[in-house]
Amino acid sequence: MIQLSHLQKLEAEAIFIIREVVATCDKPVLLYSIGKDSAVLLHLALKAFYPAKPPFPLLHVDTTWKFREMIAFRDETAGRLGLDLIVHVNQDGVRAGIGPFASGSRVHTDVMKTQGLKQALDLHKFDVAFGGARRDEEKSRAKERIFSLRSAEHRWDPKNQRPEPWQLFNTRKHKGESFRVFPLSNWTERDVWDYIALENIPVVPLYFAAPRAVVRRDGAWIMRDDERMELAPGEVVETRMVRFRTLGCYPLTGAVESEAASLTDIIAEMRSSRASERQGRVIDHDGAGSMEQKKQEGYF
Amino acid sequence: MAVAAEKKRPGATAPLPANDSSGLSETAQHSLLRFITCGSVDDGKSTLIGRVLYEAGAVFDDQLTALDADSRKFGTQGAEPDFALLVDGLSAEREQGITIDVAYRYFATEKRSFIVADTPGHEQYTRNMATGASTADLAIILIDARKGLLPQTRRHSFIVSLVGVRHVVVAINKMDLVGYDEAVFDRIAADYRAAVKSLGFTSVDIIPVSARDGENVMRPSAAMPWHKGPALLPLLEAIVVEQETRDEAGFVLPVQWVNRPDLDFRGYAGTAARGRARVGDAVTVLPSGRSSTIARLITPSGEASNAAAGQAVTLTLADEIDISRGDVIASAASPVPVRRELRARLLWTGERAMLEGGQFVLKLATQAVNATIGALDHSIDIEGFKPVPAQVLRMNGIGLVTLRLDRPLATLPYQESRDLGGFILIDRISNETVAFGFVVAEPGAGRSLNPAEALGTADRLRQARNRLIGAPGTPDRRLWWSAVSWRLLSTAGLFGAALALTGRPGVSGVLALGDLALRPTLRGLHARLWQKHPSAALQDGAGI
Repeated sequence: MIQLSHLQKLEAEAIFIIREVVATCDKPVLLYSIGKDSAVLLHLALKAFYPAKPPFPLLHVDTTWKFREMIAFRDETAGRLGLDLIVHVNQDGVRAGIGPFASGSRVHTDVMKTQGLKQALDLHKFDVAFGGARRDEEKSRAKERIFSLRSAEHRWDPKNQRPEPWQLFNTRKHKGESFRVFPLSNWTERDVWDYIALENIPVVPLYFAAPRAVVRRDGAWIMRDDERMELAPGEVVETRMVRFRTLGCYPLTGAVESEAASLTDIIAEMRSSRASERQGRVIDHDGAGSMEQKKQEGYF
Repeated sequence: MAVAAEKKRPGATAPLPANDSSGLSETAQHSLLRFITCGSVDDGKSTLIGRVLYEAGAVFDDQLTALDADSRKFGTQGAEPDFALLVDGLSAEREQGITIDVAYRYFATEKRSFIVADTPGHEQYTRNMATGASTADLAIILIDARKGLLPQTRRHSFIVSLVGVRHVVVAINKMDLVGYDEAVFDRIAADYRAAVKSLGFTSVDIIPVSARDGENVMRPSAAMPWHKGPALLPLLEAIVVEQETRDEAGFVLPVQWVNRPDLDFRGYAGTAARGRARVGDAVTVLPSGRSSTIARLITPSGEASNAAAGQAVTLTLADEIDISRGDVIASAASPVPVRRELRARLLWTGERAMLEGGQFVLKLATQAVNATIGALDHSIDIEGFKPVPAQVLRMNGIGLVTLRLDRPLATLPYQESRDLGGFILIDRISNETVAFGFVVAEPGAGRSLNPAEALGTADRLRQARNRLIGAPGTPDRRLWWSAVSWRLLSTAGLFGAALALTGRPGVSGVLALGDLALRPTLRGLHARLWQKHPSAALQDGAGI
C-alpha cells in the first residue's frame, strides 16, 4: 500500500483542481504574479497537462512598480516554457498618475491591481482565473472557497458561498459570472518552500539574501529599485544583507534582514521565525478586515 | 535550475519525492491528519483551535499583536487574549462572536501535519459542518461541561457519521467552570458513549479540557490528575486513522480530462479513486463496457510502472477507444456497477424545500447527469437517529430518496467509496448546490435493514394521501383546500341562482350537483389537451 506524503496529497489535490477547471470552464487564465506561489502553481499546471502544455495563457497585471528582477524573471520564464504571457497595465491609472508614492498604497492597489485585473478579465473574456492565494495567508482567505464565485461585477459575497463537500466543485455559473480558483488553498508557506526545494522550481532571486541597497522607511526596509523613489530628508541608502518573504510592488514590500542565501537556509529560517509572512506587506494593514473588503471589491 | 515538464520525459527532470529530502523541513515527509471541530454555539470551538494553534507555535508575533488589539475591541475575555479571534475571520463573525463559515487552519508539530476545519455549530449552518466533515479523518466534538449532552451534540455526531468520519474525539470543555470535577466528566462521558452506540464509530476518545486555560490541550493537566489518557494534541499526533480500503480494491479512475496534444498521444487524466494500476493491467471502460489494457502511466513524479489511489495520473491505453470526461476506467477484474436508478441519502442544503419530481444536475466524481427525484421514502430525525415519514425535505433535512437518471452512472455505495458514492445536486436554474448525496447499497442486499420497512400501515396511508392532496402545511395542501372551497362556493352560487330563477329546489339541486361533478372532469380533459408539459415543481419547490 502506497502511503502518500503530506506534500504528495497537496500536489494531487492541486492538479485535480486545475484539471477540473479546464474540463468544465470556457476560457481560463493563470494569474501569474511572479512570486513563489505563482511559481508553484505554474509548475503544477505543467504537470497536470504533461505532455501537453497548459491550455491557458498566463496573465500578469503589471502595476508598473514591480521589482525589475521580477519582470526579467517573468519574461525569462514565459520564454523558456514557451507559454503565452499577457501583460496588462491599467492605462487609465497610468494617465491619472496613480502610484504608491503619489496616491498612497490603498488607491494604488485598488486602481492598478484590482481595477487592472477586472479590466483584463473583461477585455479577454476570461471566465476563470487561477490564483496562488493560500488560506493560511490571512484570516478572510481562510474562509474562501477553492472555487470562489464572483458576480458579473467581480464581487465576492462571503455570506453566499457554495459548499464544497469532498472534491466536488459546482462549476456552473451564469453568463457574466466568473470564478477565482485557488489550487494552493490548503498549502502553507512551509509547504510551498518544501515543494520548491523538492521539485527544484526556479524562483526570483530576491527571495535569497544578498547585499541590497535599502532605505529605512516607516519601520520597514524598502529597496530603492529605481529613481522614482525619492529620498526624504534624513533618509540614507544603506547596503544590507536582506531578502524578501513575499514579493509585490517594491515600495510596498518590506525586506527582512537575513543571511539565508539558499533554499535550505530559507526553510531553516522560516522554522524559527516568529513573524508571519505578510508582515512586510503594507496593504494588509490598511485597516481591520481590509483584505476582506478588497476581496469583496474584486481583488483576488 | 530545471523545470519539470519540458519536452523531455518527465521522469528525467522531476525527482521522485523519496529521492531527495535533504534540507526540507521535517513536515515534508509527514503524514497528514485532517480533522474538524464541531460543537454548539458558545462551546468554545474557536477558542480551542486558537489555543491549539498557539500551543503548537503556529501563531506569529505580528498576529499576536493584532490579536491583542482585536481582543480589546471584540473580545469576550476582558484584557486576556481571546483566542477565538484568531480564527473568526469575517467581519460579521467578529461582530457577532460566532462562526458562520468553515475556516481552515494549518499547523504542524514535529510528528504530523494538520488541516483543521473549524465548522459552525448553529443548525442553520449544518451544510457548512457537513462540508468540513466530508474530507475529515477525525472529528472533535465539543461539549460544555456545564451543559452536558445537548440535542446538537447528537446532531453533530450523526452528521459526522453520515459523512463517513470513523474517529471521534470528544472534548468536554470548560472543566474549569465545574471545578475540574471527575464525576461531571464521568457522567457526560457515559451519556455520550450510550448516545452514539448505534453510529458505528471505530474509535471514541473522551478528554476533559479547558480551552481557555490550556488544560489537557498540549500536555496532561495538573488540575485533572484523575484523567489517565493523553492530552488532546498528543492524541491527535498519535492516532492511527486507517486509510479507506482504497488500495486493496480494484482500480478505478474517473476520467477528468482527455489529453490530446497531438495525434500520437491520447491520455486520460484523472485522480485514481481506489485500487492500484500497473502497466499492462486489463481495464474496462464504463458505461460503454469496452476493454483494453494500460499502456503507459504518468504520475506527478513522472513515467511510472504503477499508480495508487489518491494520485493524479494520466494513462494511455493499448487500443483506440472513444472515451470522454465522465467515463470511468476500472480494473477489468472488478468493474464498478452502472445504474440508471439510485437510492441515496440526501442532506438538503437548498433554500427551497425538496419536492418529489424535482429535476437536478447530479455530479458524482467527474460524471454529471440529470436526475429526477422519484420518491422520498422518509426523512431522518437526526437527534433520535430514526426514520420519520415525510413529504418534503427542508434545508438541513436528511432523507432517503430514489433518483432516476437520464444516463447510466458508474457508482459504488458511499460506505465503500467516498469518491464514487458521494455526489451533489445542482439546481439547473439558480446553479445553487441544493443537496449532498450519499449512495446507499441497493435494496435486496440489505433489505431487512431498510428503515422504510419500519413504517406502519397508517404511515403508508398518510403518504398516499399526501401524494394526492399535498402534505399538511405545504403549498400543495393549501392549493387543494383553496380549490375545494372555491368549488363548493360556486356550486352554492349556482344553486342559489337556479332557485331564484326557477323557484324549484329539486331542479336547482340536480343542476348544482351535476355542475359539481361534471365541471372538474371537463376541465381536466381540457387541461390535458393544452398542458403537455406539467411543471408543478415550478410553483414552489426547487428544481424544474
